[in-house]
Amino acid sequence: MGIHLPPVLAFALRRLLQAVPVILLIMIGSFLLLKLTPGDTVDALVGDMGGADPAFVARLRAEYGLDQPVLVQMWRYLSKLAMFDFGWSYVYEQPVSTVLLDRLGTTLLLMASSLSIAFVCGVSLGAFAARRAYSLTDNVISTLGLVFYAMPSFFLALLMILLFSVKLGWLPVGGVATIGAFYTGWDKVADTAMHMVMPTMALSLIYLAFYMRLMRTSVLEVSDLDFVRTARAKGASPSRVMFHHIMRNALLPVVTLLGLQFSTVLGGSVVIETIFSLPGLGQLAYTSVVKRDLNTLLGIIFLCSIIVVIVNFLTDLVYAWLDRRIDLK
Amino acid sequence: MTASDTIPPQGPAPMAPQVSRATVLWRRFRRNRAAVLGLILFVAVVLMALLADVIAPGDPLSRTGMPLVWPFTEAANPLGTDQLGRSILAGIVHGARVTLMVGVVATVISIAIGVVIGAVAGYFGGWVDDVLMRVTDAFQTIPSFVLLLTLVAIYGSSIENIILAIGVVSWTAPARMVRAEFMALRQREFVDAARNLGVSTPAIIFREILPNALPPVIVFASVVMATSILMETALAFLNLGDPNYASWGNMIGQGRAALRTAWFCAVIPGVVILLTVLSFSLMGEGMNDALNPRQKK
Amino acid sequence: MTPAKPILEIQNLRVALPEGGDRPNALDDLTLTVNEGEIVCLVGESGSGKSMAAGAVMRLLPEPHVRVTQGAVRLDGQDITALGQREMRALRGDRLSMIFQEPMTALNPQKTVGWQIDEVLRLHTDLDRRARKARVLEILADVHIPDPASTYNAYPHQMSGGQRQRVMIAMALVLKPRLIIADEPTTALDVTTQKQILKLIKDLQHVHRTGILFITHDFGVVAEIADRIAVLRLGELVEQGPAAQILNAPQHPYTKALIAAVPALTPPPEKPLVDAPVVLEAKSLRKTFAARGGLLSGKRAPVVAVKDLSFQLRRGETLGVVGESGSGKTTVSRIVTRLLESDSGEVLIDGRDLIAASRRELRALRKDIQMVFQDPMASLNPRKRVIDLIAQGPIVHGTPKAEAHARARELLSLVELSPAAADRFPHEFSGGQRQRIGIARAIAMEPRVIVADEPVSALDVSVQAQVLRLLADLRDRLSLSLLFVTHDLRVAAQLCDKVIVMQKGEIVEAGPTSRVFADPQHSYTQSLLASIPGRDWEPPVQALAVK
Repeated sequence: MGIHLPPVLAFALRRLLQAVPVILLIMIGSFLLLKLTPGDTVDALVGDMGGADPAFVARLRAEYGLDQPVLVQMWRYLSKLAMFDFGWSYVYEQPVSTVLLDRLGTTLLLMASSLSIAFVCGVSLGAFAARRAYSLTDNVISTLGLVFYAMPSFFLALLMILLFSVKLGWLPVGGVATIGAFYTGWDKVADTAMHMVMPTMALSLIYLAFYMRLMRTSVLEVSDLDFVRTARAKGASPSRVMFHHIMRNALLPVVTLLGLQFSTVLGGSVVIETIFSLPGLGQLAYTSVVKRDLNTLLGIIFLCSIIVVIVNFLTDLVYAWLDRRIDLK
Repeated sequence: MTASDTIPPQGPAPMAPQVSRATVLWRRFRRNRAAVLGLILFVAVVLMALLADVIAPGDPLSRTGMPLVWPFTEAANPLGTDQLGRSILAGIVHGARVTLMVGVVATVISIAIGVVIGAVAGYFGGWVDDVLMRVTDAFQTIPSFVLLLTLVAIYGSSIENIILAIGVVSWTAPARMVRAEFMALRQREFVDAARNLGVSTPAIIFREILPNALPPVIVFASVVMATSILMETALAFLNLGDPNYASWGNMIGQGRAALRTAWFCAVIPGVVILLTVLSFSLMGEGMNDALNPRQKK
Repeated sequence: MTPAKPILEIQNLRVALPEGGDRPNALDDLTLTVNEGEIVCLVGESGSGKSMAAGAVMRLLPEPHVRVTQGAVRLDGQDITALGQREMRALRGDRLSMIFQEPMTALNPQKTVGWQIDEVLRLHTDLDRRARKARVLEILADVHIPDPASTYNAYPHQMSGGQRQRVMIAMALVLKPRLIIADEPTTALDVTTQKQILKLIKDLQHVHRTGILFITHDFGVVAEIADRIAVLRLGELVEQGPAAQILNAPQHPYTKALIAAVPALTPPPEKPLVDAPVVLEAKSLRKTFAARGGLLSGKRAPVVAVKDLSFQLRRGETLGVVGESGSGKTTVSRIVTRLLESDSGEVLIDGRDLIAASRRELRALRKDIQMVFQDPMASLNPRKRVIDLIAQGPIVHGTPKAEAHARARELLSLVELSPAAADRFPHEFSGGQRQRIGIARAIAMEPRVIVADEPVSALDVSVQAQVLRLLADLRDRLSLSLLFVTHDLRVAAQLCDKVIVMQKGEIVEAGPTSRVFADPQHSYTQSLLASIPGRDWEPPVQALAVK
């Protein structure tokens, strides 16, 4: 039988191995993107310098390995990527990895806060709406869900700024800390929290609507299944049926989509971080596009992909824990 | 089984008068009031796009009056003007063209890619499926908006590039869906029946299975359409859209600077986007209900 | 004998369906009594409203679309239609319980078996945890679950269908209810398991003097278990009375017709077919399904579906392939038509090997071996008109379209469908009519052999009889050979000249049907035959004389 691993570990290991080809494909893809870009690194450098003689250009090319066969170049690029070496950012005059690490925390904080709010509130509202399906409460919740689902995130963000900052003056317009205040300790935490309220709300409301709609459908579907009828035939009350029999089964598709949707949410942070001037990966992506900093942009793609793979892995584990039918073996 | 099927020996059975499938679907669609509202909104957007030159002739990007005129105060600019004195109404109706074009073409591209990849993966299974699904995974792992930004950064932000890029970043969900449909339909006996008759593989995929897999895909197209429009407006909002076309997202982006004094510059196009996207969601739900009628109320 | 005490009295019950349905009431004026210690079978075909009766008694109808509009349901003299939701909940699971058809879907996949039985006790008793667990283990032992302690912690998907149904029965019986409603409790099970479950229900019911309302469509099961029988047709009770009377001397024409449609267990006499040419021959067929597993997923043994299978089918002959689920009989039908690739072996049609045929040769060979499928809905492309469905094969093989269509119209009358059917879509037909379309499609190719995979198992018994008669009739008129795959021994007895009995991918017995049925040699065949429900009952009237 070979090696003996605890089932959960073997399951986890298997899932991680499945991610390897995906990451590899993304690495090759970003190399291709780089290659297909009109003009290479040297062209950009020379352009910055305002021109140079052909001999110097050729030497530069050799130095960057651009005179090598494509496969060799690809191999070098991939091995660098594998060690999280994304090259040099000419905009920030720093290695790209340093720039990225600086920004990672803010984005992760935004993701964690908005996704947990979206998931928890979305699932509870969805279950609540399904239990009162086709009533007035359900109609109100469902309509609001539809509206938020159709709302462009940037428009929602602007409306919030208009209301909470411009009209009411309750919340700061942007940034992650009050400039020049230099808070420490709990004050700093509170200050950061104040700055995160609007971005979190703007991002979470849209996905909240999404999870809510999904959960509502899922609960309605599970409610029609035979085992729910069995539970009612046993004499279980509606709330008991909901909590003990429907919820766990109805959560499964929502958890699956949580994993699948994560990369979309991460993409959504570009707009939100830009609007609220949050120094995160999303805002960095935007400035890199504006300043044509391709190394940084590809670094962001790779880092984001790694984050998505990790999150998917975690949701897989949660799913396996939730669904007793998965044998982990 | 119906009553006609029981005891009396089966002669020519009595049958109900024939009603075409389209009629049945339309009747069911019509029953859903929200879906009808969505259809009306959608028709309004289409009319705006078609009649743009009649409602607001001339270049929507040129100046038509004083800057920041409030709505409903000037007959020439019924919805007011922005900081540069451009008519907001003109921007809205001409923006409808861009929005619809982006929505439709990008959706067609992404659905076409998705159908081919999903159909092949779902029908053949095995290693073909493995390879195609890993590619799909890879595309799905990269945050689509970031990939969109990268593509636009590399290839430029002409409207053609934007449409193509949106199509390229959004085919994964339709592909997964078509694959799931194909895997389910592949198990159905009518596929075996066709194989047993000697029908060729391409004919089975495209003539036997695909027509049965399409209805949910068409419903899903409304979702793709909505997200395509959201992506384009977000790009334009970030000032990365095609500068030669009036776009709703861009109007909001510009209006943001005047948010404190003239909020209408951002809010009017924002509401229009909201209603347009909403119309797709509502129609999608209506189509879904029409195709999968569930008894309710 | 003391007069039996009634437990359940249904009086003039009417259940209304939503407007726009094919009839206004699911049940109309139903009056029925179940006495203490009595099993009353409520028999009907699909659409008869028999499951609605169960829903009405349990008060689990999908209200408000479907609701009781008239009548009374009394449990031990108490009218339960008037009870509030809370009182009704107290009753359900305690004095009134239910067993469902599908033991897989009727149990919550995310909870252990023990938890699910325990829930009944938690809801209706004040027992502490330990007492409850003891009681659950006890009832699991009562329903003959082999290892109650480990089953307590098992999840439903880890058990077999029969075991799951035992768990359902344990759940229904744990509080010794007065009345159990069993809605087709053995329909999803194999015959040998069905026999055990029926016996279990009967034994436990006898001990506890429980009243059982047993809902079924199968007269064999009825003959096995019923004390009294009520026959339902389109929501109306047509006849009721003691089991012996209804089974052996039915009065109402509908009951008579239903009973006449039950295939008798007397196989046709042996046909002298020895000199007829062999049309289809299978030699040493083998098929294994590799268990799909990747790195680190651990090795799973590949499943052998069919091992070393050989048989001969002569012209005009019908060969039955019988067996329970998992016996490999369906795999056989897919291999001989090469819808599945076999690992090794030969399938010879008039001496030409189908397995070794190239793609081009295969196309030509397919004309000669056609298939009729199990599910008449799933086997017809819902997007195609009937005429196109039937003409598709000939057109693919080069017949001009007009000719193929003309021929398809002729075939419609051959399978006794109206010519108007040609331009309609499959969903406009009933199950039996759809199966006729499926037969016409197979015949259109003018095949030598028809492989029929459970062609009547999805049909009501009366329709089943008609389709079987049609198949037999066509076989004789067109001198076709039939390979008939079925789990139903009654159907096999009716139609097949020879049978092969399969178990776990192997033929355990083969021979002329009459000989196998009269004198089974293999122990598995013996137990299979002994498990046929109602085997001791000889239906008094026979509508269907195939031969």
